[in-house]
Amino acid sequence: MGFGFVFGLAARNAGYSAVEAMAMSVFAFAGAAQFAAVGYVSAGLPWLPILVLTFFLNARHLLYSASLAPGLRHVPFLQRAAMAHVLTDEAFALAATHFHRLGRVDVPGYWIGAVLGVFIPWNLATLAGVALGGSIPEPSRFGLDIVFPAAMAGLAVGLMTGRREVVAAAFGAVIGVGASIVLGPGVGIVVGGLVGPLLGMAMPDGRGHVEPDSDVTGMPVDLDTAMADVADLP
Amino acid sequence: MSTDLVVLALLMMAVTYPSRALPLLAPGIERLPPRALLYLRLVGPAVLASIAATQTLVRTDSDGVRSIVPTVDILGVVLCLVVVAWRRNLFLGLVAGVALVAVLRFAGVG
Repeated sequence: MGFGFVFGLAARNAGYSAVEAMAMSVFAFAGAAQFAAVGYVSAGLPWLPILVLTFFLNARHLLYSASLAPGLRHVPFLQRAAMAHVLTDEAFALAATHFHRLGRVDVPGYWIGAVLGVFIPWNLATLAGVALGGSIPEPSRFGLDIVFPAAMAGLAVGLMTGRREVVAAAFGAVIGVGASIVLGPGVGIVVGGLVGPLLGMAMPDGRGHVEPDSDVTGMPVDLDTAMADVADLP
Repeated sequence: MSTDLVVLALLMMAVTYPSRALPLLAPGIERLPPRALLYLRLVGPAVLASIAATQTLVRTDSDGVRSIVPTVDILGVVLCLVVVAWRRNLFLGLVAGVALVAVLRFAGVG
C-alpha cells in the first residue's frame, strides 16, 4: 500500500493528471516500470526508451506465467487471458503459496489474491497518493523529488539475490551514467540496463538465500520457492 | 485534465502483457535457453540501477552540457539503499531518504 501511495505522489509531482496516474496503475500495473515512466516523462524523454525498459523490466513475468501454465490449462482461454493481466511478483507468490498449501490449483483463490490482495490495494493507494500529491506546494522542499531515484535504487537492491545481480546492477549504474553523459539519458539508461547483465553473466554464480522483493509491494517474496512448489502440483 | 499519458499506459500494458500471458495462453512458448533466462533475471537490477544512478548523478546545464553533479539527492538515495538492504522494507527506505533530504534542504544544504 505504501509503495503505491508513493507512486501516486511521485506521478502527481511529475505532472501526471489523476487520470494518467490511475491509467498507469490500472493498465501497466507494474511498479518498477511505472516509476521508470515517471522519471522519463518528467525529464521530457521520448516514449520509446520507456517502452523498451518496460518490456525488459517485466520480462521476468514470463517465468511466473510459465510456472502457473500447466495447472491452469483447464481454465477457459478468456479467463486465462484476464488472469495474465494481474500476474505480478506478489500475485504469483500468493497464488503459488496458496496452491501449494491446498495441494491443487484454485482459480478463485488466484483471483482473490491477485485482485483483492494486490490490484485493488495498489490502485487505491495510487489514488490516495495522487489526491495528496496534488495538494502539496513545492514538493521538492520536502524531498519528494528524490522519491523516484530512491525507489529505483531500493527496488534494485530488492532484486539483488546473488553476486551476478550485484555485478549486473553495479555495471548497469556505471555504464548508464557514462553513456548518459555522452549520449544523453534516454540512450544511456537503456545501454546501462542492457549491457550490465552481460557482465553479470560473466561472473560465477554466487546466489545467496536472500529473497527478491515485489515491485508492487516492495516487500520480500519467496519467488524461487514458489516456483519450485507450483511445479510439483498435480 | 491531461489524458496524453493514458496512451503511454496502454502501450506499456501492450509490451508487458506478452510476458505475462504467452506461457498461459500458448504453453511451451516460454522455453528459452538457460542463458536467455539468466539474462532476463539480471536485466531488472541493471535497468533499475542504471535509472537510479543516472537520475541522481547526471545533470544537464543551461548550455546542454551533461556532467556528474554531486547534490544532497545522493545522500537521500544512498540512505534509502542502506535501509532497504538492512530492513528489507522499501517504504521505510523511501521515508528515510526523503526525510534526510528534506531536513538537509530546510537546513540550507543543497
